[in-house]
Amino acid sequence: MNNLNKLFGKKRENVLAVYFTAGYPKVDGTADTIVELAEAGADIVEVGMPFSDPLADGPTIQQSSKVALDQGMSLVRLFSQLENIRQRTSVPLVLMGYLNPVLQFGLKRFCQRCREVGVDGLILPDMPMDFFEENCKALFEANGLCSIFLVTPQTPDERIRQLDAASTGFLYAVSTNSTTGSSRGFGPEQQAYFQKLAAMNLKNPVLVGFGISTHEDFSTVCRHLNGGVVGSAFIRAQEQGISEKAFVKNLRERQVVS
Amino acid sequence: MKSNIDMAIDLASLRNPDAKGFYGPFGGAFVPEMLFPNVEELRSRYLEIIESEAFRQEFLGLLRDYAGRPTPLYFAKRLSEKYGTNLYLKREDLCHTGAHKINNTIGQILLARHLGKRRIIAETGAGQHGVATATVCALMGMECVVYMGALDMERQSPNVARMRMLGATVVPATSGNQTLKDATNEAIRDWICHPTDTHYIIGSVVGPHPYPDLVARLQSVISEEMRRQLAEKTGSEIPTAVLACVGGGSNAAGAFYHYIEEESVQLYGAEAAGHGVHSGETAATIALGKPGILHGSLSMLMQTDDGQVVEPYSISAGLDYPGVGPMHAALAHFGRAKYLSVTDEQALQAAHQLARLEGIIPALESAHALALLEELPFGKKDVVVVCLSGRGDKDMGVYGAP
Repeated sequence: MNNLNKLFGKKRENVLAVYFTAGYPKVDGTADTIVELAEAGADIVEVGMPFSDPLADGPTIQQSSKVALDQGMSLVRLFSQLENIRQRTSVPLVLMGYLNPVLQFGLKRFCQRCREVGVDGLILPDMPMDFFEENCKALFEANGLCSIFLVTPQTPDERIRQLDAASTGFLYAVSTNSTTGSSRGFGPEQQAYFQKLAAMNLKNPVLVGFGISTHEDFSTVCRHLNGGVVGSAFIRAQEQGISEKAFVKNLRERQVVS
Repeated sequence: MKSNIDMAIDLASLRNPDAKGFYGPFGGAFVPEMLFPNVEELRSRYLEIIESEAFRQEFLGLLRDYAGRPTPLYFAKRLSEKYGTNLYLKREDLCHTGAHKINNTIGQILLARHLGKRRIIAETGAGQHGVATATVCALMGMECVVYMGALDMERQSPNVARMRMLGATVVPATSGNQTLKDATNEAIRDWICHPTDTHYIIGSVVGPHPYPDLVARLQSVISEEMRRQLAEKTGSEIPTAVLACVGGGSNAAGAFYHYIEEESVQLYGAEAAGHGVHSGETAATIALGKPGILHGSLSMLMQTDDGQVVEPYSISAGLDYPGVGPMHAALAHFGRAKYLSVTDEQALQAAHQLARLEGIIPALESAHALALLEELPFGKKDVVVVCLSGRGDKDMGVYGAP
């Protein structure tokens, strides 16, 4: 059984997914980062596949992607880094990135490699739903890969239902109209959007991403939905030399201000 | 030429994309969900709006009274003598703001107003599209933010000053090579952050559907006028060939548009080869690219085997782009148009030649189209139209350099 479905079979609250960019900060640190995050208590690890032109990303992930690529990161290298990952951890693994590198690698070969190394799901934000249905769905299913789509505060309810129907694993709710890494806290508008999603009785668990950087942000989304995804804040923590363990602890537990 | 066209393709489909925005295998709308509502709103409404009588009236009125259309079709006598053929220049350089870009921005700002938008964003390479956008924003009293590569802001500084005088905010794009591709990334990110009040005026026939079709339709006034003017001057609407430069490809799309289904008309696009197609410093996308996705559409793309976009290079900021509009990718794929590469050096020579023979200083971009005349063997009976897409005032820093 897919590790994502296994996870959500037993845990539906306070689910924490942590994103980092493969090949950053150290080009061959990908597998170690996954293992450290799993041991620190992340429920899901999202591995970013760096792309030269990350349209939906803010400065933090733009920069980590650029450094990773400059250091020689590639999909071929990523799959070789993940070759033995299942001997080290059973944490659900999701690859996230833009469609073009995947298409150049070859869709079929990509899905096969994902299965071989033990990837559980894919988030390809610029992949249109109809393209998925026509070209990817059968391949994903044949290789045991969950498809995870995004919804935003602007997505009409009818389309949310379509994206939920196309998703397996979880639905990724983008918190605000922004690129990744902006942090403005969640006001009444976002909370109403979270409440709406919670009331829709969607078939998938919903994780909120974009703009979660503190314990307060994380607990806000967990109050309404199944959990959250943290990306840019973790990459900034890596840059400051904060350990995976300390980072996950800070997100999960309220800090005592001294 | 005719024999090279893939007969299996319906030529009209190279001009009119299908419902999902595909020209043959190229096009589409590969956008993240954050952009979907914006793009979908545009897709569902653009045809109804731009084909309405009220829009046509206002658009054509502004093209005539404000932009100065129709632009002349000028018989270039001395240049014709030099090449032993009959050369006509479609004088888009005489448009208000100095390039064909204003045709598109007038149309799109009217569209934005119909959609109830209050804020306009744009990307620009050479600054011509930025100036044309800042101009129409001033005209309509709308807020204007233009993203421009930091390198381009240096090499096209007169246009930066013009945009600012027109009231636009010019934001430097500092990622990548700091050119057109990076400016486009920043504009798209801005649009993600402003999903309701902002319209993105893309400057070329690139981006997600419906932009390639929208921009091509707005620029098609170029070939619409060419047909009429050629009939007056030569007795036939149909020339032997049409030549235009191609970065994203908007002036070429406009100049080719009403000739795509006229199989006898040879269509030639000039891509910027920079220091040479195989020099590693080039922007010759169709010559070097493979199908790939950039800025929301599947088209030819300069990329590595790993699918990373290659940084382009051209002396011309307007052609310095690693992609190309999906219509051009399809025209090349099916053999309906040919795309040839022109180096920096060839373009410079062509610019200086036009200045001396005809008293016209062309934009560096347009000079690439003129340089094709050295390569193509036209004869005494042929009628050749070159789209002179813009004027060269902005390029004096390059032309005047020792």
